[in-house]
Amino acid sequence: MSIIATKLCAHRSSIFCCLLLAACCSLLSGCAGVQSAVDPAGPQAGSISGLWWLMLYTLSAVFVIVICFVLVAAFRRRRPLSGESADGPDTRPEAEQERRMSRTVIAGVALTILILFVLLVSSYLTGRKIYSAGYSAQGALMIEVTGHQWWWDVRYNDPSPSRMVTTANEIHIPVGRAVVFRLTSADVIHSFWIPNLHGKMDLIPGHYTNIWIKADRAGTYRGQCAEFCGYQHAHMAFTVVVEPEEQYRAWYESQLRSAPQPSTPQQARGQEVFLSSPCIMCHRVQGTDAGGRAGPDLTHIGTRPTLGAGTVENTRGNLAGWVIDPQKIKPGIRMPPNNLEPQDLQALLDYLQSLK
Amino acid sequence: MKGLRRITTALIFVALGLSLFACDREARKFRVEPSASKRSPAQPMSDLQPGPKLPPNEGKDARSQYSKDEYEENAYALAEGKRLFNLYNCSGCHSQGGGGMGPPLMDDKWLYGGSPEQIYTTILAGRPNGMPSFRGKLPDFQVWQLAAYVRSLSGQVPKDAAPSRADHLQGKKPENRKEPEQMKQQ
Repeated sequence: MSIIATKLCAHRSSIFCCLLLAACCSLLSGCAGVQSAVDPAGPQAGSISGLWWLMLYTLSAVFVIVICFVLVAAFRRRRPLSGESADGPDTRPEAEQERRMSRTVIAGVALTILILFVLLVSSYLTGRKIYSAGYSAQGALMIEVTGHQWWWDVRYNDPSPSRMVTTANEIHIPVGRAVVFRLTSADVIHSFWIPNLHGKMDLIPGHYTNIWIKADRAGTYRGQCAEFCGYQHAHMAFTVVVEPEEQYRAWYESQLRSAPQPSTPQQARGQEVFLSSPCIMCHRVQGTDAGGRAGPDLTHIGTRPTLGAGTVENTRGNLAGWVIDPQKIKPGIRMPPNNLEPQDLQALLDYLQSLK
Repeated sequence: MKGLRRITTALIFVALGLSLFACDREARKFRVEPSASKRSPAQPMSDLQPGPKLPPNEGKDARSQYSKDEYEENAYALAEGKRLFNLYNCSGCHSQGGGGMGPPLMDDKWLYGGSPEQIYTTILAGRPNGMPSFRGKLPDFQVWQLAAYVRSLSGQVPKDAAPSRADHLQGKKPENRKEPEQMKQQ
């Protein structure tokens, strides 16, 4: 691509060229990364990206051929017809030419239909492959995800209720094991999308949809809501951590534990602030009286990478801003602003950061 | 014919102009006053009370923060009140307004007063025989949203602002079709 661009540079203005190159580079840089459908980390995303590249190559070839035909037609000198005279052109079609044109058109239509059928069938086969159940129910991990405006409630189902894990905006899964997501919504329609692992699936209030994935490659990926769901739709993301089985189990065990008891007077004061302020109405901290389910579970907030469903990094400063005035960071969310004395805020931050 | 067209055009412009008045119906303030409901004093039912006479401004705090068009005439505030009513488990005792463990809220009886300020006090201070106090637990604006919604249950708010449907199955008419109850204080 850069060769073509360089050749073009010789003839066209350099500004145009630079823009073209920059556009190409930015396009290519979008191909790899934590949120990319053409950087697959699992078999299903692999099928999808295969289909994507097949379509891109086929349609690029079609585009080039069509443009060539158009250019040839535009620049080729018209051959004089045999019966042409000074009175004007003889517009009666010539039998031989007519036959040639018909053949070309028929061949073009046939090729178009063939290409469309190839794409249709490969799209259908890909769809069937990625949605068919390729896992056994015993070994699969069951995760229930509920979409809220604008965050993700994640619950790991287990036959024994005491071994269920609740977390938010963060999903850990083991490498090489099938994971079944059971999706629903608490308010409006959202869509669950981890581009590196699978396609999209809608979350519909009052209804469950299922999707299963398998990750082959460890890494951290980004998921995103893919159905417009309101003001902060763009800030409704989640982190997917794919890790080896042992690490995953260690994480799961740590999530099962209740929140640690405050170990310093400052943290104890923070817990008191948490339990006596509006926090307690919506948030849950396992092991304390706070049991609200309206907002994200904060039992292990100290270990989360982001705040506000991928809006800002989870640092002390951001956490302070988030507690005091979340509407500044993410306008429109349900969390109200809080009026805390500075020393109470510092104590609360100490406590929240100790929740690991 | 030309006159008719001119009149129609004028009417369309008048209608468009009138529709601007409806813009405030769902106005929503994103940056609300970040005050926890800690400092607001109780709202008295009458001037009679034990102990020394209250200073004249005592109890006026709550009323001064309340503005009718911001809560009772605002569809967003009422809808939020309806959402919070379930979220904070008011419905656990009051059901969907018909009452259960707690008294019904959709009838004409107001045990502790039916003005927004009195409902505000009821929510914050609690009442005997079961109503807990939410002082310090709710931001002020949410208490006002709840109070406005509670009033909509007995048809005390404008019909064009009251919620017209529930998110879930509901056995009663929506709030905007409730006939206003005549307030009786017991």
